[in-house]
Amino acid sequence: MSTDPAPVPPSLEVSGLAYAYPDGHQALFGVDLTVGRGERVALLGPNGAGKTTLVLHLNGILEAGAGSVRVAGMPVDKRNMAEIRRRVGIVFQDPDDQLFMPTVREDVAFGPAAGGLRGAELEERVMEALKQVGMEEYAARPPHHLSFGQRRRVAVATVLAMRPEILVLDEPSSNLDPASRRELADILRSLDVTVLMVTHDLPYALELCGRAVILSEGVIAADDRTQDLLCDEPLMRAHRLELPFGFDPRSVTVNSG
Amino acid sequence: MGAGHAHKLYRHGHSPVHDLPPHCKLAAVFCFVVVVVSTPREAVWAFGLYALLIAGVTALARIPAGFLLKRLLIEVPFVAFALLMPFVVPGEQTHLLGLSVSVPGLWGAWNVLAKGTLGVAASVLLASTTELRELLLGLQRLKLPPLLVQIASFMIRYGDVITDEMRRMSIARRSRGFEASGIRHWGVLAKSAGALFIRSYERGERVHLAMVSRGYRGSMPVIDEVTASRTQWAYASALPLLALAVCLVGWTV
Repeated sequence: MSTDPAPVPPSLEVSGLAYAYPDGHQALFGVDLTVGRGERVALLGPNGAGKTTLVLHLNGILEAGAGSVRVAGMPVDKRNMAEIRRRVGIVFQDPDDQLFMPTVREDVAFGPAAGGLRGAELEERVMEALKQVGMEEYAARPPHHLSFGQRRRVAVATVLAMRPEILVLDEPSSNLDPASRRELADILRSLDVTVLMVTHDLPYALELCGRAVILSEGVIAADDRTQDLLCDEPLMRAHRLELPFGFDPRSVTVNSG
Repeated sequence: MGAGHAHKLYRHGHSPVHDLPPHCKLAAVFCFVVVVVSTPREAVWAFGLYALLIAGVTALARIPAGFLLKRLLIEVPFVAFALLMPFVVPGEQTHLLGLSVSVPGLWGAWNVLAKGTLGVAASVLLASTTELRELLLGLQRLKLPPLLVQIASFMIRYGDVITDEMRRMSIARRSRGFEASGIRHWGVLAKSAGALFIRSYERGERVHLAMVSRGYRGSMPVIDEVTASRTQWAYASALPLLALAVCLVGWTV
């Protein structure tokens, strides 16, 4: 089926994606976005630009009105929904929404267990994912007894346990104190997985993602090196993106990518 | 955030009773209560024996008597009702401590009091030797409808989150100079309750979204399988079987 000539299909391929909510409000007007395997891309955009709507298309929660989404060459449709949901790991903004099981261990086990994994293999997968985020000592704890930063890390582990093709993070740095923010950045850098990061936190995007795209009014308005985008003042202003006070993206040497 | 890291009802420990699989304990407590309730109230001695059985299990579980007795206080509202019965139930009158009371009322009060206390004691024992999480696994194993188990498990998970939300709303109200002092303020409280309901409902939707994203298709995957050996079942059945023997004697004597 795939006509892609590349030997490894890109992790994510969105083409001409349009969507209108049932109430008639149109959120996406033809989005084109390709994320290669192993890339880390920041998805920037003002509130109401359609970022969340786009994210919910990536694992088929919302069905495309027009256009298509492919994950690792596989089209997102009803037939391969289970596989798509395993391959696209979405970390939602509020870890209290993401962590719904009574203990950390069971929560991390939820995804792989839903995929049919059992016993020792499941246990191994859980510990592996918790180790990746440095939370293996907290396996037996209930999620609501962890700090916010720890909960966010466990939330990342819950999707890592499914060995996703692409990790989609919705505002990963929100509500984190600077130390937790840095810890999460270290973890994300250490992972060998494609990352799409939805964020308002521009320094964080610059720190972690070599490439960034701006989603504005339902279309991709810009797609370039993160540093170049952040330095383009008229472009930033046009899409209601503002750098924090005193932050100059030119003054930073970036070694991400 | 709450300070306690384990639920208040549970008392951590290692004992033969703690180590039994949760579904065995659940079944044992259920059968014990059924047996106690079906004992004739006139067999007063039988209830004494039941109490001894409970005391035996308590000792085996290394639960201090004071701990158990304090937990029994939850029964007080029902006791108050039982104490009223001798005065309000019509029937043959007798004199007790200079008061005129009815005989059927006295028997009724005794019935409620004895059976209630034994049932509560057995449940308290179960709760103090079994973690909430394990209880859920036990219920799941006993084939309670999965939806009920899921609801109970979400209650445990989100109880604190919602209480916290409620507390924040109350702080926000008070920070703007609101003190609930009378019937005129009930409207505000009712609106807060409504807002809390909507927030919880929306959280439910978000949680569902997160579950679907990780492959949820209507049923919880089995992560921990609880199993019990024949010996463990035999061990757990000791309490209800002994009680059953007492009950049968109670009916024949």
